[in-house]
Amino acid sequence: MNFELDEEQVMLKTAARDFLEKECPKKLVREMMEDKRGYSPELWKKISDQDWLGLTFPEEYGGTGCCFLDLAVLLEECGRALLPAPIIPTVVLTAHPIMAAGTEEQKKQYLPKIANGEMILTLAFMEASGGLEASDVNVTATPSGDNFIINGTKLFVPDAHIADYLLCVTRTKNGPDKEQGTSLFLVDARTDGIRIEVLKTMTDEKLCEVVFNNVAVHKKNVLGKLDQGWPVMKRVLVEAQVAECAWMTGGARWAMEISIDYARLRIAFGRPIGSFQAIQHKLANMAVEVEGATSIVYYAAWTIMENNPDMTLAASMAKSWCGETYKHATFDGVQIHGGIGYTWDHDMHLYLKRAKACEVTFGDSNYHREKVAQMLHI
Amino acid sequence: MDFSLSPQEEAFRKELCDWLDKNTPELRQRMRRQGPPGGAPGAGEESPEAQEFTRWWHKKLYDAGYVGIAWPKEYGGRGATIMEQVIFNEEMAKHRAPGGVGGLGIGWAGPTIMAAGTEEQKKRFLPKILSGEEVWCQAFSEPEAGSDLANSQTRAVEDGDDYVVNGQKVWTTGGMRADWAILLAKTEFDPSVPRHRTFSYFLMDMHSPGVTVRPLREMTGAAAFGETFLDNVRIPKNLMVGQKNNGWYISMGTLEFERSNSSSAIQHLTTISNLIELTHKMERNGQPLSKDPVTRQKIAQFYIEANVGKYIGLRALTRQLRGQTPGPESSVGSLLAMELGQRIEDLAMYLQGPYSQLVRGSKYAIDNGAWQRSFLASRGRTIMTGTSEIKRNIIAQRTLGLPRYTE
Ligand SMILES: Cc1cc2nc3c(=O)[nH]c(=O)nc-3n(C[C@H](O)[C@H](O)[C@H](O)COP(=O)(O)OP(=O)(O)OC[C@H]3O[C@@H](n4cnc5c(N)ncnc54)[C@H](O)[C@@H]3O)c2cc1C
Repeated sequence: MNFELDEEQVMLKTAARDFLEKECPKKLVREMMEDKRGYSPELWKKISDQDWLGLTFPEEYGGTGCCFLDLAVLLEECGRALLPAPIIPTVVLTAHPIMAAGTEEQKKQYLPKIANGEMILTLAFMEASGGLEASDVNVTATPSGDNFIINGTKLFVPDAHIADYLLCVTRTKNGPDKEQGTSLFLVDARTDGIRIEVLKTMTDEKLCEVVFNNVAVHKKNVLGKLDQGWPVMKRVLVEAQVAECAWMTGGARWAMEISIDYARLRIAFGRPIGSFQAIQHKLANMAVEVEGATSIVYYAAWTIMENNPDMTLAASMAKSWCGETYKHATFDGVQIHGGIGYTWDHDMHLYLKRAKACEVTFGDSNYHREKVAQMLHI
Repeated sequence: MDFSLSPQEEAFRKELCDWLDKNTPELRQRMRRQGPPGGAPGAGEESPEAQEFTRWWHKKLYDAGYVGIAWPKEYGGRGATIMEQVIFNEEMAKHRAPGGVGGLGIGWAGPTIMAAGTEEQKKRFLPKILSGEEVWCQAFSEPEAGSDLANSQTRAVEDGDDYVVNGQKVWTTGGMRADWAILLAKTEFDPSVPRHRTFSYFLMDMHSPGVTVRPLREMTGAAAFGETFLDNVRIPKNLMVGQKNNGWYISMGTLEFERSNSSSAIQHLTTISNLIELTHKMERNGQPLSKDPVTRQKIAQFYIEANVGKYIGLRALTRQLRGQTPGPESSVGSLLAMELGQRIEDLAMYLQGPYSQLVRGSKYAIDNGAWQRSFLASRGRTIMTGTSEIKRNIIAQRTLGLPRYTE
């Protein structure tokens, strides 16, 4: 047993931090909030040159064959930098299910192009209900000759406006068991009948409404087995939760570190505010939460890497914990900074808003606690 | 990173589980006879039967080589790796097996003697700590020196081959039954010397003339700790540990031993299982309490926190193994664990509704009042090894590097 990062993982982390400090300063993050596309194609190319996009792909598909834990380490740094790039949608939400369930042809078609930065993909899953269960999937795909015809509206689809392909979760059968009859389709985002509208968000992340109006997709574009898409989705959700947690942990750690620095420097009543116990104890609590987040995320990422059956439980524990950690770190981060923490110019609000967004993405803390309760047979 | 067991670790685990499976039926039987344990770990029973039971179980563990397993072989231990220690803690908790006698000797006094004691001290004391023949206590705190331990006033003055000790210690857990104490006493009286360089660390025979322990009753009603009065107690010079006036630093080392481990978080997982059983037994509005969404949320949160605590502890261990400083995870883990323990116990009481008022011996008491005891005991847990406030100060100042407040 050994519960810390190994040497290569530490190297990956350091290299990622250095790269992002140079290539992804807050100035760029803020520019991308204003930008219509919301990401920089130049930076995307550089990221792919760092081998980050194909990090977890086998070498034969243009990847470097690393494990999910390595990816988690990398995402922690991306979250710290607030990297404005569709890395989780492309890699975790779509490339991974293609790797897991795709045909040889599909893998060859998508993975090398994702790895070298030519293709952006995203997952079109949630609908108006905002839920994460099979029963929340109501967009239909009906067979018609060699095609399926997709109809309905997907919501909160990240980065659909820049995606080349959408992995669309559809209902192909409507029986009492909703897990049966869910099918996944890889749909060219420029197909006739698709209308994409970017929703205005608090973080300025690009979440989209995607309307499918009689969109024809060839039956060979189904990912995995027809009607049997739900097990694939379940795995996607677990990976997404843990990836999101790694991202959140990076942000929470940033908020903590910058608050510690400030508490050492800011003078009030003739002494650094960091010498006041009210401030020290806030930061000590933050340290408990952030160290805890790191520990549970590494464990959860390890279960995914090992295909360990505990992965669903670990992901729920992590998501529930990290959701609160990130929020508390940024809320107290603002408080410790006083007036300056409340300004637009200070970066803390970027993290605070992201914390609120991450909190509800892929299930909030209450949702995951209930899942844990079920898995414990309470 | 690898959370799975190596073949040797797996072999160790299996051997231990086989032993536990063989021995737990008798353990259960004896435990039932004296009332179920339930609740928080170490909710110390002090009755003669309870003591007799602990001695019996200690001997079982000792004969099988499961006491002080991380101690080096030359001192009678197993020389177990830190990971084997983790496995041991985890399996003991899963099997709901209690510890033996003398946690303080094995966890604190013994390791301090190993690290800083003379060869003679090691030979004299270590074997009997393991066998449980000699029980230890810790005499550090005083009426005017708890969190501010460096304000201790107990004096030890040289006289021939001895030190003569006078003063009063307090909150001495197990003091009434202990054979030996680790003692912190002042040996430098020049007020210009910084406080931390005025103490020495002693091994004190609790049966010496001049030692009086008066039991103090805790809120549980039991008297697990006491006041220790030291009136011209003679301690031979060869029972000082380390150098004269270096005792403060040795005592801080003693405190480190308990901080960086994951065992209390692991024990909480056992308490949580007991709590889940409780929610299946209790009804509210004609339904098992386990169906209540708010209760489910709370218990799930405990389970998550206990696991987070566990993995924080395990990361700290890995750092230690790599020869790095334990890092922020260690004090952070201990703070999390002690506060979590209190929240679990508090909910266990709350869920019992009006029954939570009934204690051991009462006709309708749930689990024979085990929770009531462990709940009360849990209130001491954020005080006893450094209060939560002091732990937060330590995290802020030592691990996060924030400045101290000075007038
Ligand atoms: C069950 C139990 C068993 C014990 N067993 C032993 C034992 O075997 N041997 C032994 O030597 N001692 C033992 N103790 C004593 C224990 O170590 C002390 O009680 C503890 O260190 C606190 O000291 P105090 O009681 O003097 O409280 P104080 O130090 O007076 O603290 C009172 C309050 O003030 C707060 N406070 C103090 N200083 C600060 C500060 N700088 N910043 C913020 N808040 C502060 C504390 O957190 C606490 O809330 C035991 C205590 C208990 C409860």
